[in-house]
Amino acid sequence: MNPHSLVSIDDLSKDKIMQLLDRAKFFEEHPNHRFLAGKVVGTLFFEPSTRTRLSFETAVNRLGGRIIGFSDPSATSTSKGESLKDTIKMVSNYVDLIIMRHYLEGAARYATEVTDVPVINAGDGANQHPSQTMLDLYSIYKTQGKLTDLTITLVGDLKYGRTVHSLIMAMKYFNPTFRFVACNELRMPKEYLDFCDSQGIKYTEHTDFSAEVIDSSDIIYMTRVQRERFTDLMEYERVKDLYTLHNAMLDNSRDNLRILHPLPRVNEINVDVDDNPKAYYFEQARNGLFMRQSLICEALQIDPQSDFAE
Amino acid sequence: MASDKKSLAVAALENGTVIDHIPADQLFKCVKILDLEGLDKQLTIGNNLRSDKLGAKGIIKIADVTIPEPVINRIALVAPNAVINLIRNYEVVDKRPVKLPDMVVGIVRCANPKCITNNEPMKTRFDVIDAERREIRCHYCGVTVTGAKADII
Repeated sequence: MNPHSLVSIDDLSKDKIMQLLDRAKFFEEHPNHRFLAGKVVGTLFFEPSTRTRLSFETAVNRLGGRIIGFSDPSATSTSKGESLKDTIKMVSNYVDLIIMRHYLEGAARYATEVTDVPVINAGDGANQHPSQTMLDLYSIYKTQGKLTDLTITLVGDLKYGRTVHSLIMAMKYFNPTFRFVACNELRMPKEYLDFCDSQGIKYTEHTDFSAEVIDSSDIIYMTRVQRERFTDLMEYERVKDLYTLHNAMLDNSRDNLRILHPLPRVNEINVDVDDNPKAYYFEQARNGLFMRQSLICEALQIDPQSDFAE
Repeated sequence: MASDKKSLAVAALENGTVIDHIPADQLFKCVKILDLEGLDKQLTIGNNLRSDKLGAKGIIKIADVTIPEPVINRIALVAPNAVINLIRNYEVVDKRPVKLPDMVVGIVRCANPKCITNNEPMKTRFDVIDAERREIRCHYCGVTVTGAKADII
């Protein structure tokens, strides 16, 4: 067990979050420094995820580290029935850091228990994806100049969307006001409403993606409404276009408003929004690179800012 | 005792452990949790006995064995009001309620089929998040369950 592993956003204190954001900013200014020279990083993707993997691998490459790993588990011993434990133990002999994505929930936590090499969770099923949450926080911080006292509107699939759940957990330190916009079938689960209540987080629930909601938001976080989430396909047909953002809907929005989306987008943000300066989802993905550089240094206990100053 | 047809015709224990006040519908879960099946000592299991507190209760008597307290406490998950009686020379020398530990290891199966614990040869582990309501949360996938509904392995 390595104490510097990152499995869940809950593992991070407020101070640690602020430190990681500060470091991401440093990497945005200095993306190419060989802090990982001589290090080997294992990227174990038991489930394909092109964007997350490319982002992490770019982060390692820009830091001068080397990468081994796989992006398709069918080419590994997992397909022969090897246990996760054995795969992790084997890879631990070779690498300084493991970055893993797995289709089973809790896989990352378990991996940390069977190895002394630090592990970064790059997503375990529907459970946790802390680097996504951290890049979301960095995007909010960067565009708003602060994390405190913001009105954040979450739209779309609030029932299954792990990114919105983690964002709520992470924002608990920063006195947010949430607006949850979803159809009844995909509304925010009770456990997260209870969490907000227990943390004194203000929120309102809406089924209408109305002008009133849009015009009072600092951040609108869009998510994809997926057909396969519906038990009633009639219901899907009814709601699928209700939560689509069009450029005209932003006419009276706040100047500081930014639109976020974890990507991939399908049709929940119309392409006519892309050229609006308030559209931020592509920059958001770019921020992921700097945040992942920050997280990798944390896991390996490298302090780039002081190393850079020397 | 044995001549009184209204009472349970079971010999009193000389030495051992009696676990009393188990809810009748949870008795066999307790037997499973304590793994009593392979025990070679005299074992008496009674169920649907009358109880003022519970209506119907179960009871487990184990001769000549002192089950360690942390082991017995595991049944608190399904039988929160159970009482452990230690018997020496036919006397109750110690009597105490079971107490739910902070962590429940290797007893409960996670309800989430996509949980790593249901797909890897490993012990399950639950953190007790609300002892009074007996609510436990999977240490790995985060899915919660309350005691009486827990699926015992």
